[in-house]
Amino acid sequence: MSKFLSCTNMTGGYGGEDILHSCNIEVDVNEIVVIVGPNGAGKSTAMKAMLGMINLKCGDIILDGNDISNLSPQKRVAAGIAFVPQSMNIFSELTVEENLEMGGFLRDENIQKTIEEIYELFPAMKEKRNQLAGELSGGQRQQVAVSRALMTQPKVLMLDEPTAGVSPIVMDEIFDRIVQIKEMGVAVVIVEQNAKQALKIADFGHVLVNGENRFYGKGNELLTDPEVRKSFLGG
Amino acid sequence: MDNFELVNALVLISNFVLIPALSYGSQLALATLSLTIIYGVLRFSNFAQADWMSFGTMTTILFTWYLQSLGITGGFLPTALIALPFAIILTALFCLLIDRSVYSFYRKKKSQPIVLMIVSVGVMFILQAIVRFIIGPNDRKFFDGEKYIVHALDFKDYFGLSEGLTIKSTQLITLIVAIIAMVSLFYFLQRTKMGKSMRAYSNNEDLALLSGINPERVVLITWVIASALITTAGVLYGLDKSFKPFTYFNLLLPMFAAAIVGGIGSPIGAVIGGYVIAFSEITLTYAYKKFFIYLLPENLEPSGLMQVLSTDYKFAISFIILVIVLIVRPTGIVKGKII
Repeated sequence: MSKFLSCTNMTGGYGGEDILHSCNIEVDVNEIVVIVGPNGAGKSTAMKAMLGMINLKCGDIILDGNDISNLSPQKRVAAGIAFVPQSMNIFSELTVEENLEMGGFLRDENIQKTIEEIYELFPAMKEKRNQLAGELSGGQRQQVAVSRALMTQPKVLMLDEPTAGVSPIVMDEIFDRIVQIKEMGVAVVIVEQNAKQALKIADFGHVLVNGENRFYGKGNELLTDPEVRKSFLGG
Repeated sequence: MDNFELVNALVLISNFVLIPALSYGSQLALATLSLTIIYGVLRFSNFAQADWMSFGTMTTILFTWYLQSLGITGGFLPTALIALPFAIILTALFCLLIDRSVYSFYRKKKSQPIVLMIVSVGVMFILQAIVRFIIGPNDRKFFDGEKYIVHALDFKDYFGLSEGLTIKSTQLITLIVAIIAMVSLFYFLQRTKMGKSMRAYSNNEDLALLSGINPERVVLITWVIASALITTAGVLYGLDKSFKPFTYFNLLLPMFAAAIVGGIGSPIGAVIGGYVIAFSEITLTYAYKKFFIYLLPENLEPSGLMQVLSTDYKFAISFIILVIVLIVRPTGIVKGKII
């Protein structure tokens, strides 16, 4: 029985040499999967491949039993995958509330209820609802970015380095929220540089090296695995 | 100096500076808004803007003639106002045709803005040729209806002043139409889902795609709105003065100057910029001799024209303002790029 979103045998890159080599990533609902690995391991590339932002030579992306390998990123968003890019992930010149409205652009029904739910999850957003998103602090921008992605009521949420460039306190806060989002019944995939902290909240972790799966296991198992510790987590 | 002299001086300034600048500024503001929206969403400086304005005005004139031949007129209002909506539709369709056949090719290739700008220069030449081919290069007046709201002679008789105030109906129409157009544009951009998605697309194209905003739809709406604005601006200008393709082409510099003074990409900036350029052009080229004769005691009366610059140099004013703004405050009055 395969998981809710299963990506198997992904091979390809940006056109030149292949970056991913038969890479597999799976995630189920109510689960956080963290992709870690050294620089240039293809972590972000793997995520882009799952979203359809790069053309793969081969590989299958199955979402809830449907093959979505040939869908454009926009269609995959409509199918229930939401993505928070690492940078440029908010509409800086729109207000916080307008960012949320744009997140729910594809939805025809009243999105006000979802907006209220997101304000409950991120109370700071409600306070700043009429402020331009670009004027917020780094951590708050990250909250806007995640909120915008949640507006489609996704089944899978993909985050590319959500804690890049924020303070340790804000990082903990973001991870807490991600756990809360998972508990709402969302499958969460995170690409993360802060491997230790991310593996702590992860149900499963993938360690990618040179575009290949090197280690796979439960988050806490990877944290205690002596070989993983030695090579990636700094002892 | 008695009070009458002061009133006369104020009437004089209103008549020759304030009112003309207000209406020219409104026309320029609408044209600049169109330029700014194209810049904000499609990300290139559209050099075809002025000739696009000629095209829209020409279409309106043709519709006006047709309506007049059918015996339909606007009564005390210019017939061109009835023709305007039809002309807007036709101009927008023509624009979409150009977009499909020219611009969309470069957009799909993700060409640099500079490439699109040069492409727009090509489109400019084509539009120029089409306009001259269809309607010719001559001056055309297409105004009909009631010409004056306040006539100078009536005004003088009524108030017993030596200076008359003239308010042309086109000036009032310009102001009303411009206000309606601006308010509805800002309402559209700020309050409607489509307008917000246009701003979102302008702000962060990739994220807009990830949010499911359809780029082709945004581009289409942008052309339609920009066509409506530029055609309206052209028709108001033509009603107020006259239609001549070369004069319209010369509006390209004030338009760009206004966009940059206001802060390129910002609609509010475009409106402010339009008025700044119009008021500078007219206040700096007006001969103030008579104004000072009213205000100053007889022995101090000026002998010269008291004109800062000859009207021949009015384009130089746009240019000078443009240069000063680029040196002193390159971001323009309203900072940032947002439509």
